[in-house]
Amino acid sequence: MSTAGATIGWWGVPLAVLAGAIRVSTPYLLVSLGECITEKSGRINLGLEGVLIMGAMAGYATAFATGSPWAGVLAAGLVGAVFGLLHGLLCSLKRVNDIAIGISIMLLGTGLAFFLGKPFVQPQAPMLSSISFGFWSDSTQIQSALQINPLFILGAVLAFALHFAFRHTRLGLQVRIVGDSEDAARALGYPVLPTRIVATVVGGFLAGVGGAFLSLYYPGSWNEGLSSGQGIIAVALVIFARWEPLRCLWASLLFGGASALGPALQAMGVSSGYYLFNAAPYALTLGILIASWTPNRALSGAPGELSLVRQ
Amino acid sequence: MSKTKFSSSRRTVIKSAGAAAIYAAFGPLAFRDAQAASKLTVGVIYVGPRDDFGYNQAQAQAAGILKKMPSLNVVDEEKVPETIAVQKTMEAMIEQDGAKLIFATSFGYFDPHVLKMAAKYPDVRFAHCGGLWTAGKHPKNVGSFFGYIDECQYLNGVVAAHASKTKKLGFIAAKPIPQVLRNINAFTLGAQSVDPAFTTRVIFTGDWSLPVKEAEAANSLIDQGCDVLTCHVDGPKVIVETAEKRGVYSCGYHANQAALAPKGYLTGAEWDWATPYKLLVDAALTGKPMINFLRGGLKEGFVKMSPYGPAVSAKAKKVADADKAKMVKGDFVIFKGPIKDNAGKTVIAAGTSLKQQDPILEQMNYLVAGVIGKA
Amino acid sequence: MLTKRLDRWLPLMESVGIPIAALLLAMLIFAIFVAIIGQSPATVFYLLYQGGFGSAFAWQNSLLRAAPLILTGLAVAIPAQAGMVIIGGEGALALGALAGAVAGVALSGLPPHGVQAGILFAGMLGGGVWIGLSGWLRHYRGVNETISSLLLSYIGIALLNHFVEGPLKDPASLNKPSTRPIGDVNMIGNLPGMEVHYGLLFGALFALVTWIALRFTTIGFSLRIVGGNPRAAQMAGLRVGWWVVGAAAMGGAAAGMAGAIEVAAVQGAANASVLAGYGYAGILVAFIARQNPLAVIPVAILLGGINAAGGILQRRLDMPDATVLVLQGIAFVVIIASETLSGRLRVWRSTPAPVKPAIPATGASV
Repeated sequence: MSTAGATIGWWGVPLAVLAGAIRVSTPYLLVSLGECITEKSGRINLGLEGVLIMGAMAGYATAFATGSPWAGVLAAGLVGAVFGLLHGLLCSLKRVNDIAIGISIMLLGTGLAFFLGKPFVQPQAPMLSSISFGFWSDSTQIQSALQINPLFILGAVLAFALHFAFRHTRLGLQVRIVGDSEDAARALGYPVLPTRIVATVVGGFLAGVGGAFLSLYYPGSWNEGLSSGQGIIAVALVIFARWEPLRCLWASLLFGGASALGPALQAMGVSSGYYLFNAAPYALTLGILIASWTPNRALSGAPGELSLVRQ
Repeated sequence: MSKTKFSSSRRTVIKSAGAAAIYAAFGPLAFRDAQAASKLTVGVIYVGPRDDFGYNQAQAQAAGILKKMPSLNVVDEEKVPETIAVQKTMEAMIEQDGAKLIFATSFGYFDPHVLKMAAKYPDVRFAHCGGLWTAGKHPKNVGSFFGYIDECQYLNGVVAAHASKTKKLGFIAAKPIPQVLRNINAFTLGAQSVDPAFTTRVIFTGDWSLPVKEAEAANSLIDQGCDVLTCHVDGPKVIVETAEKRGVYSCGYHANQAALAPKGYLTGAEWDWATPYKLLVDAALTGKPMINFLRGGLKEGFVKMSPYGPAVSAKAKKVADADKAKMVKGDFVIFKGPIKDNAGKTVIAAGTSLKQQDPILEQMNYLVAGVIGKA
Repeated sequence: MLTKRLDRWLPLMESVGIPIAALLLAMLIFAIFVAIIGQSPATVFYLLYQGGFGSAFAWQNSLLRAAPLILTGLAVAIPAQAGMVIIGGEGALALGALAGAVAGVALSGLPPHGVQAGILFAGMLGGGVWIGLSGWLRHYRGVNETISSLLLSYIGIALLNHFVEGPLKDPASLNKPSTRPIGDVNMIGNLPGMEVHYGLLFGALFALVTWIALRFTTIGFSLRIVGGNPRAAQMAGLRVGWWVVGAAAMGGAAAGMAGAIEVAAVQGAANASVLAGYGYAGILVAFIARQNPLAVIPVAILLGGINAAGGILQRRLDMPDATVLVLQGIAFVVIIASETLSGRLRVWRSTPAPVKPAIPATGASV
């Protein structure tokens, strides 16, 4: 057994926030990027919370059964894609409300995951490994904080890639036009419904992978209390990020880092009002929203066909 | 391990498939009524999932033992919130299943829910886990049972102190309520019995099951140099696993989590609810009056310790076993004055020994000196 | 003559018939699921019926569980009339419970009816301010109300926990940190001849009054304009901000009232037990009810019934609690998807249909 290195005192707080930003943010990042693609195409999938939970369960179960955590990640993504497909197809029917379908899918995903996940609460599945970026430091704390999971790196790269794709590629343009105006898309010959369905499937895939991160890496366990609303918050973060993939990355990092603040302060003995510290991510996000949005700028970047923000 | 898991789940499926066939043949109600006529029907209610690898699972295991008793017919319900829902669940067990004894296993069920149902159904017995039944104030068909698991937490502390090199321990808890504070204090006092220099850092997560926050808390404590972690949350799995991953020791809670941390798991505080369950069932079967106030520790077999892990030294085992032997004999006092809280105030005066049964301990609202954090 | 009469009934047949047909289809899918996991669908459905609606006891059980859902459903449905998607009912409920409990203690000594009225009013005020804030932020700061209500919800829950375990904690509450009890005399009792508390009636009345106001006064019309086209509303002389904040606040008041009723009819004090997910379930109720305040009532009862029935499945068949979640998921996916059929059954009609339904089918997205 190795012992912890020298004590770091108050440096533990910024370190925890940094480490938390990386560890806690990944599911937010993956889900919000997926939802960003879906919403850019003009649909909102509010059911990603259920997809995330289903992905967490399916990923854990697959990793346990096959012995390979990456097989688990893939399975989680595929299960997520199936749920995305369900959402995408049903919402293509006339008069079907995407928000309402999303909420129903949230229930369905959660219910199925809890139902089918019972036998997997106790066994230990193999975990995803991480890459050590802290080798340069003697401090075990820094080494631990810089244990970075490949899925985070993947998410960060994806954020930049999407940022580029939406601006500079044909496919990105297609998604954006379909999301902005059905009429314009039709006039330009873009297939509206197939584009949206594919965008929702991709969104579901990423949300499933986000769930696998929870169950197979951090906190790395499957049980019914695993998600505390990460899927819902991630959907909200997309609006916060004004449908910009890069801003999704910053928003997720901010949210993850703020989540680590409460525990880190308590580890230093600051424990009065811990409920309020624990609410820091929500308060901070709201504060930034209020400070940065003005009535005129509110909907800049919003896809025109998005039911949630149509005015 | 994986093998047993799969076979047990298969058995459940086969069992329920068989049950379904019987129901299809006889109709569900006829089946139930025929059974209920000759047997005592017992209802068990859990606040969380039956298989959370923690608090609720410990209760469900005891219910599982009752289910094997031929004289009983056991019905149970999981994830029942502490709202009108639990009142209706109790009533449904009484009205629809004929339950005469109900185990309500979450603390929040007691007031007002159990009390209200007990007044409405005076001939049904209500056994509540964790409550403080008070003569004259509470109905006679209600009883509260609980275990002195702080004895195990004291022993956890003794073992932890022998393993720790930094003399800093970490404790992750849900809420600063008396039951939790008593565990934190006992853990700390156990460690300080080995070396008074020991301190315990506490993190309250705010709720009973928040895996991500629990993992963050574990990491923060380890970053601050804590090299033994224990906890009081509903499912300790994440904390024990995080400690193992970071290469520090852990002491378990609720159930045996040794398999999750083969290197760093020292020992753990476990419930053995089958003991009080059986006592309460026996009283109901033989028509003896309801046991209104039922408590027990290591001596009575309400709680037990996990077997020692490989990292526990011979010396640690010897000291802990000696303390345990005294507890089993009933002449060990954890809360013996003088004890100061961590603000410097004397909370138990010199010369005062608060025995486990003392109800004043169930109102604990302080953290002892050496605990870093605020109650 | 006959076709004319049929025409008059077709919309009703559609709005009742399609959901029922959808429910039947959902039951078929659920039956297949049940069969796959090795249970008898017939037994499961029989027990679901028994547990939810098969006896007077079961009905009262379902109605009790429906009571808070009516109000949290309104918390979503009322702001939806003005085009808002509010998902922060849980936090408004938390603050309603807190405010109600504080008022209950502060007013103790008054006649019980006065105390009860004070509790309900305080609860409505607490919840109303919270969601009203979301409306205010939307109109005056341009902050999306869905995200702000969600964030405010988490903050509201944190505030409830903080006050219940901190400044407002009753020292006697020990292991279940709570505010001081409002006292048995001040508790809201049961409806005459039933074991269902008055909260059900309050919720139903709230829904009914809302429906009447929306349908038979200019309020509904104004809200629809505000929600549909704020600029046109402004030009028509409507004070858009006032309507937006007002609709949000009324929704919040409904959720806050649900919290206050939890305190005054069930818990007797505010504590974390009031956070049982009613606020989240309300989102579902409202969307299934297509944001129609009157339809919120039967949907809430259906959901309450399924929840009540979940217990009997656990007790008789050892099925896990998640079984009812699966059933609800299937049922609501199919019911929502079936909305695509509405309007298509009118192929037989002889005269052109009236174009405008009273409440937009998907109020939020108009």
